[in-house]
Amino acid sequence: MSDRKLIDLVDITKQYGDSVVLDDLNLYIRENEFLTLLGPSGCGKTTTLRIIGGFETPDKGKVIFDGKDITRLAPNERQLNTVFQKYALFTHMTITENIAFGLKIKKKSKQYIKDKIDYALKLVNLDGFGNRMPDSLSGGQQQRIAIARAIVNEPKVLLLDEPLGALDLKMRQDMQYELIRLKNELGITFVYVTHDQEEALTMSDTIVVMNQGYIQQVGTPEMIYNEPKNAFVADFIGESNIISATMVEDKLVNILGANFVCVDTGFGRNQPVDVVIRPEDIDLVKPEDGIIKGRVTSLIFKGVHYEMEVMANGREWLVHSTDLSPVGSEVGIRVDPFDIQIMNRPESEDEEVVTIDEP
Amino acid sequence: MVNAIKKFIQKFYLGIMLLFLYAPILILIVLSFNKSKSRSKWGGFTLDWYRSLFESSDLLTALYNTLLIALLSALGATLLGTMGAIAINRMRKSTRTIMMSITNIPMLNAEIVTAISLMLLFIAVREFIPNFQLGFLSVLVSHITFNIPYVILSVSPKLKQTDRSTYEAAMDLGASPIMAFFKVVLPDIMPGILSGFLLAFTMSLDDFVITHFTKGPGLDTLSTKIYAETRKGIQPEIYALSTILFGAVFLLLVLVNLRKDKNQADAKPRR
Repeated sequence: MSDRKLIDLVDITKQYGDSVVLDDLNLYIRENEFLTLLGPSGCGKTTTLRIIGGFETPDKGKVIFDGKDITRLAPNERQLNTVFQKYALFTHMTITENIAFGLKIKKKSKQYIKDKIDYALKLVNLDGFGNRMPDSLSGGQQQRIAIARAIVNEPKVLLLDEPLGALDLKMRQDMQYELIRLKNELGITFVYVTHDQEEALTMSDTIVVMNQGYIQQVGTPEMIYNEPKNAFVADFIGESNIISATMVEDKLVNILGANFVCVDTGFGRNQPVDVVIRPEDIDLVKPEDGIIKGRVTSLIFKGVHYEMEVMANGREWLVHSTDLSPVGSEVGIRVDPFDIQIMNRPESEDEEVVTIDEP
Repeated sequence: MVNAIKKFIQKFYLGIMLLFLYAPILILIVLSFNKSKSRSKWGGFTLDWYRSLFESSDLLTALYNTLLIALLSALGATLLGTMGAIAINRMRKSTRTIMMSITNIPMLNAEIVTAISLMLLFIAVREFIPNFQLGFLSVLVSHITFNIPYVILSVSPKLKQTDRSTYEAAMDLGASPIMAFFKVVLPDIMPGILSGFLLAFTMSLDDFVITHFTKGPGLDTLSTKIYAETRKGIQPEIYALSTILFGAVFLLLVLVNLRKDKNQADAKPRR
């Protein structure tokens, strides 16, 4: 990944009728980056992708691509290709004809097209499928053909709109590795849209978390997971305990009446804050060793770990642990200082919207 | 025992139904091969009526007019109807529902009302263009008009099935909007267009009321010709002609239905 900005979205606003889908969005995408737009449905992630692809025109703002303003260019005039959610293969054409579609329009030579098709089919592990019809392929195979059809045009950027959404879990996981491999082999920029946080964490260089047309946080997967900027991000990415608390002083926070040591500084004395603690970061210890005491109220075996709920200081704490504490047992709760993430508590809806600062 | 009676009643009922539906046509077909001119006596098998039918230049002209109008009006209606269906498909949902109702009304409207309205329209046109005569052109325009809704009705469902993203994918791969339409959307909706064409052709072929009111004095199609002949007393040639007409429509309907079955069979493995 280089530091050169390839795509720059400047002050993008988009409205459908009365509803504002994107409000003054600013975002840049660097060369060879795997950037994921992540958020719940209706957050504006697909609209953002469609604006980059040229299928929607923003009401306000500019799309800069490689230094040039492409806001008004039609999709067929842009140097990028899209992989659609429902594959969008041409069902009346063979696989070969599908992949050749873009190259034929660009009037490439027969030999060039043939070589490209062979190369692309090998790349997506579907060698020998050229004469089949799209309908005779499984969902995963169709999606790989859709990717092959896009990349033979050698786009600088590949846009992917929830490409794995229609596949089953196992296939989705396989395709995730496939996509990472493809990106490394091709060395092009991927802009990926998904609502699946696990997918985003697995594949991305950068994750952009969006909600209600606003960017909530931009960062590496580790940053987004470990240091969520606000309750929305913490809640959307993985499971978490989000608890109202008060900052006693630097590096000391009062959670539900008990003081916990943390690593955050710079908050005012006695300032109300939100605290995020991941369930796997809570250690259950003997009652006398805990910072606070509680009683286990439920226990579920999840395979990799046990999921427990512990009632302590008037609140249910979600705990993931490989060690079992039976229902009804008294336990103590401990959390390591660096596992406590302190967030400013928003006083209004608007404040929940944070400004961008890229890593 | 009870079951056997039940089965018998079921079959009997079906038999009666089919008899009522097809007996008149069967009688017509039988009479067209009857040597005797009498309608109640069988005088032996003959193809004479068919022979003299094809020697009657009046009837052949009418047949030619019928086929030409059916073909041209079906082509015209298919072109306009397909374009209309595409436009309607791109509208917002509320506008689309209104437009679909508006296009459906002419199909439900009493044919005689449509016929008289068209006739009045053409007479009004004559006020402005004195040279304009009721004839081939007015019949053709009328047939195109009443055929358009049928085309829209058969193309629209195909358009709805067509994923909009295939059109976008074609543009994404470098195709201009027009190219994307012809290379990707058109092949997808082609079965609907063909069904619409065949339906329009059939509708035009057997139309009487609208043709009768818009044709003017000089022109005859088969249906109006037959009607005029019957007033003079029915000649057996008319039986022969009607049999051919029935056969042609029957064949077309079978074709349309075969296409439909094939499309459904094609569509099944798709998800």
